[in-house]
Amino acid sequence: MASQTKDLEKLVQQEYKWGWETLVEADTIPPGLNEDVIRVISVKKNEPQWMLEWRLKAYRYWQTIKEPTWANVHYGPIDYQAIAYYSAPRSNQDRPQSLEEVDPEILRTYEKLGIPLREQEQLAGVAVDAVFDSVSVATTFKKKLEEMGIIFCSFSEAVQEHPELVQKWLGSVVPYTDNFFATLNAAVFSDGSFVYIPKGVRCPMELSTYFRINAQNTGQFERTLIVADEGSYVSYLEGCTAPMRDTNQLHAAVVELVALDSAQIRYATVQNWYPGDKEGKGGIYNFVTKRGKCQGKNSKISWTQVETGSAITWKYPGCILQGDNSVGEFYSVALTNNYQQADTGTKMIHIGKNTRSTIISKGISAGHGQNSYRGKVQVLKSARGARNFSQCDSLLIGDKCGAHTFPYLEVRNPTAQVEHEATTSKIGEDQLFYCQQRGIPKEDAITMIINGFCKQVLAELPMEFAVEAQKLLGVSLEGSVG
Amino acid sequence: MLTIKNLHARAEGKGILRGVDLEIRKGEVHALMGPNGSGKSTLAQVLAGRDVYEVSQGEVLYDGRNLLEMTPEERAHAGLFMAFQYPVEIPGVSNLYFLRSALNSLRKARGQPELDAMDFLHIAKQKAREFGLDESLLKRSVNQGFSGGEKKRNEVYQMAVLEPRLAILDETDSGLDIDALKIVANGVNALRHPDRAILLITHYQRVLNYVTPDYVHVLYNGRIARSGDKNLALHLEEQGYAWVEGQAPERPQVAGS
Ligand SMILES: Nc1ncnc2c1ncn2[C@@H]1O[C@H](COP(=O)(O)OP(=O)(O)OP(=O)(O)O)[C@@H](O)[C@H]1O
Ligand SMILES: [Mg+2]
Repeated sequence: MASQTKDLEKLVQQEYKWGWETLVEADTIPPGLNEDVIRVISVKKNEPQWMLEWRLKAYRYWQTIKEPTWANVHYGPIDYQAIAYYSAPRSNQDRPQSLEEVDPEILRTYEKLGIPLREQEQLAGVAVDAVFDSVSVATTFKKKLEEMGIIFCSFSEAVQEHPELVQKWLGSVVPYTDNFFATLNAAVFSDGSFVYIPKGVRCPMELSTYFRINAQNTGQFERTLIVADEGSYVSYLEGCTAPMRDTNQLHAAVVELVALDSAQIRYATVQNWYPGDKEGKGGIYNFVTKRGKCQGKNSKISWTQVETGSAITWKYPGCILQGDNSVGEFYSVALTNNYQQADTGTKMIHIGKNTRSTIISKGISAGHGQNSYRGKVQVLKSARGARNFSQCDSLLIGDKCGAHTFPYLEVRNPTAQVEHEATTSKIGEDQLFYCQQRGIPKEDAITMIINGFCKQVLAELPMEFAVEAQKLLGVSLEGSVG
Repeated sequence: MLTIKNLHARAEGKGILRGVDLEIRKGEVHALMGPNGSGKSTLAQVLAGRDVYEVSQGEVLYDGRNLLEMTPEERAHAGLFMAFQYPVEIPGVSNLYFLRSALNSLRKARGQPELDAMDFLHIAKQKAREFGLDESLLKRSVNQGFSGGEKKRNEVYQMAVLEPRLAILDETDSGLDIDALKIVANGVNALRHPDRAILLITHYQRVLNYVTPDYVHVLYNGRIARSGDKNLALHLEEQGYAWVEGQAPERPQVAGS
């Protein structure tokens, strides 16, 4: 038995494959944070006065609050004055008007990432907004989407071109006072994506953003805002990588989703930020606030996430179920290996009548990884007939890792039905042996068992992402088999 | 084909096999009987390569190769199959997908082209009909929520698809209704071939009414205490194991021959 366990532990050793660095000239504001820095960011982005004021309000509020400590993660103090809050590839100072104008070095980076950015790759059916360090580099497919009235552009561009939409919805789901990291983001966010789907329009393709942190000592603070108007539908994908560095980098993003009457938003993330090395050195601190608001009746928001990267993940994509009969879903796979820590889960707030939510969380821990599920289901008095089903399963590989579950329930309406199931299992030596006896090599067997464990979640991902996610899960545990 | 010499094995410091000798030749069917806890499953699992068990003495040759040095998957690639006494559940992995991965792993190891999903499905369905496996079980997760009998049928079904050269069936006939018993027997008989061999671990003489063994052995206290032909099974059925106990363990007659 001992040697099986050792083999399993060995399986967990695998190198990060996305860790190259791109040499581009960057326009970076020196590290440090004060009101002037925020003004500079705002000026660089040529922002209207209301935008600057919103940032400043956030910054002033941020100075009065403390970093949260309730999460089950441990890290040394973050020096917020040592971080650079803005870095733009210099050659793009004047934003590119077309792909031809994008720095070829950056395009090559995206090619390495396998992003279908180029025209000839449009057949892949993915419209990509690529955020490199802090600015959105290029957005494909824009024209085609524009014809349908769909707006898909960088956040900065939206501030310039569609200020009325941005002003109306910005902060409507995640107010600048929401939490320490969201407040910091509100003050210093540099770019991100903006999506608006007009009434009754079904977005014909997956919209996609790839985030990559490249410059050293920079934080990435992007902001995504998606508004689905009545009866519309959109599916959105987000992928992330970062180069290998032995210092930690901060990523504090905010994502806001708004679904009006009968609108549906699917938001999928495959997060593969650099997790740090085997000793736990370096890696991304991923402190992200994601929330969707089912504002209209019969609306639906689904979060699907596959989290394999980051040194620390602190993330709770949630849904405010305000419209009657609205539906919130959360499907999550979080894998922690080596010294990675993840505290992730969701928050479902039932306000409207007959609102429903489903939570499926799969945590996989290997090496010294620590994986916590933290979920809150809140049923307000008004939420007659609300229903929730939660299932949290944990899988342990080896005996130095940990899985923790923190479900919080708050039910104020007696007609509500809330169900919670939780299981913890070890990847069975007997399961592995069964596969091997049938001729399936051990590494394949582990990938198969893990994918089986995550099946309910992977099934929620768009096809090509599901394949990628499966590979990623396999790769993240690879090499630990002797 | 398989030669076991003076095999000793233990688990967690406890000796379980204490000098097993057994010779199985091509084309033969051997039945292995013995009381609970005598080490039958241990023997089967040691042969299949489960490293929970530590082999402290003895040797095992399979087609002239040192079996004990091979990994479990290498043994499978070389044609060894074990039907588990307690088949394992693998949630979220469909039976069909599992079996295709298994078959393709074997094919790959043998330098044969892998089968695509369509070709495989064809074979899988045909075998399911032949070996009485409900097709709905193909789409379900491996053994998850299967009844005891369904699990056993599934083992025989896998065996039929993978076509091993040496099949070890660990109490595959236990817990089966009479129809299922016939199906299992049918599976074993279908596998009978001059180039193949079968080791059938069982507690019951009744399966031997359908599968006629060439030899019957009794494992007792970690050793083969008796060997004979099918009449030995009948005898045991009448007398019980006390009869074996009453006799001094003797060297098996077929071993080493
Ligand atoms: N992994 C293990 N660790 C400790 N003891 C074990 C282990 N496996 C088997 N044993 C012990 O070895 C002995 C033989 O077990 P085994 O399963 O081989 O018996 P068996 O002949 O197959 O019995 P049955 O007819 O009940 O299936 C038993 O006493 C059992 O408890
Ligand atoms: Mg047994």
